[in-house]
Amino acid sequence: MSDAALHIAARPPLGGLRLLTGLASLLAVASALWLFQGLADGNRGFILHLRALKLGTMLVVACGIGVSTVLFQTVAANRVLTPSIMGFDSLYVLLQTSLIASFGIAGFAAVPVVAKFLAEVAVMCALAILLFGSLLGRGSRDIGRTILTGVILGVMFRSASGLMIRLIDPNEFAVVQASTVVSFTRANEALLPVGALLCGIGVAAALWLAPRLDVLALGRDSAVSLGLRHAPMVAATLGLVALLISVSTALVGPLAVFGPAAFFGLIVTGMTHGLVRSHRHALLLPASALIAANILVFGQMLFERVLHQQTALSVVIEFAGGLFFLYLLLKGRVR
Amino acid sequence: MIRLSGVSHQIGGASILNDITADLPRGRLTALIGPNGAGKSTLLRLIGRLEPLQTGSIHIDDLDLARTPSAEIARRMAVLGQQTVIASRLRLSDLVAFGRWPHHQGRPRPQDRAITADALEAFGLTPLAHRFLDEVSGGQAQRAYLAMTFAQDTDWLLLDEPLNNLDMSHARSLMARLSQLVRASGKSVVVVLHEVNYAAAWADHIVALKDGRILAEGAPQDVLTENGLGALYDTPVMVTQHDGRPLVLHHF
Repeated sequence: MSDAALHIAARPPLGGLRLLTGLASLLAVASALWLFQGLADGNRGFILHLRALKLGTMLVVACGIGVSTVLFQTVAANRVLTPSIMGFDSLYVLLQTSLIASFGIAGFAAVPVVAKFLAEVAVMCALAILLFGSLLGRGSRDIGRTILTGVILGVMFRSASGLMIRLIDPNEFAVVQASTVVSFTRANEALLPVGALLCGIGVAAALWLAPRLDVLALGRDSAVSLGLRHAPMVAATLGLVALLISVSTALVGPLAVFGPAAFFGLIVTGMTHGLVRSHRHALLLPASALIAANILVFGQMLFERVLHQQTALSVVIEFAGGLFFLYLLLKGRVR
Repeated sequence: MIRLSGVSHQIGGASILNDITADLPRGRLTALIGPNGAGKSTLLRLIGRLEPLQTGSIHIDDLDLARTPSAEIARRMAVLGQQTVIASRLRLSDLVAFGRWPHHQGRPRPQDRAITADALEAFGLTPLAHRFLDEVSGGQAQRAYLAMTFAQDTDWLLLDEPLNNLDMSHARSLMARLSQLVRASGKSVVVVLHEVNYAAAWADHIVALKDGRILAEGAPQDVLTENGLGALYDTPVMVTQHDGRPLVLHHF
């Protein structure tokens, strides 16, 4: 056995738990810093409220992106694909745009925010299961075809919303843009509690399914042989991915479409698998959420408070993520 | 007994299996043989519910495959398909431990760990237990999959070309282990074999498939004859006897 293998073997089984505790403590420090750093004497209550709202949004989004990317990669049996690369959030934007195009601004505004949000999430789940379930469910071994189909679907959704945007009138376009552009400053007070609740439900369901996800990750043949009901499991997982992506996208706008960060999920899962070094979703899922939250909170703090927004966090994430993506491709880790 | 009645299968309009009706005996080592494209793997995958059944019916002992929950079948029958690549970082010991999953559903008990350790030992994998699956050779990975299937500890064992990637020593020890499972533990094994001599040496029952139909079935000395094999593989072969079992000379 090599030294490395001995080292791994010697690692205590509680290593994963220790990692999670470490990440959680780091996140607690980050959150405290975020809330209380440089708090001026002026209107403390108001500033704290704003900061807490933004922090909450970041945490929910981080949770959603981290967990959904891990889930998606498990279904796809692939470490390079992410929901955004496969066009999940473009699907959400298309849905938004077609809603505005068909109901008009008045209709769009008349629907209560929360009800609209819930309906969107439901439609997203159904569409995602239909579209991606048939693509990934049969355990397609042709990963090249899967990636290509996803990219084409993403472009198609984007072009369809682009076409619709050109057809609608400029005022409606302004509404579309306002509701789809990325920004953590656009934290929506009404939506945050619902989003947090839905995200919590999604993450809890994913954790409950964790042992089954471990089996799903073995691939279709082994999973069926071990008695897992493969098709329902794939549908449930994709439904959770759709739920989490819809929540994150609704809270801050689509991270991939007009704004950046198609590769954020990729960085998060890359770090998660690198740090956790285990196949167990009971560890992978919380670790991915914590890692994503740490990156977002620390990164946002750095760019807002230290660099005074001279550059955008999303640009850096995108750049680093793109390099990481290339690294994975060149290392031949495409599976 | 596995009872197949009227099983047909089509893939994209091409007929793979045609009205297969057969009984695979319990407590025996059954070998499926036949030329490439005969439908051996498809038949095994249908029995193992890795492919949905299109027409006909399959019964595993008293269970109707189409009506029994998959989880229940997993405690009766273990299936090893041909390998696919696994994306997660998996140690060999983790993979083998998955064999116990149908019995504990994610909460391993002490006896599950003991059975996993036994399976690792039986396949000579203990020194490699902590290696990652993508850091071992194809043959070692194949043995890990076999160990997982053994750890499932089911009455029925279905193996699709398990000798792939194995050297002669591991191939022989696998066949000996299967045979011993049948003799000593009363298990039933169905195995797809490419090399007819492994069937000749170890199988109790042989089903010969060609073009999606059963050409012959029965004991090795009845199926592995010069005429029978010549017709099955469309090539002349010689068959002699060794140790009271047929020996097929086909490689020169």
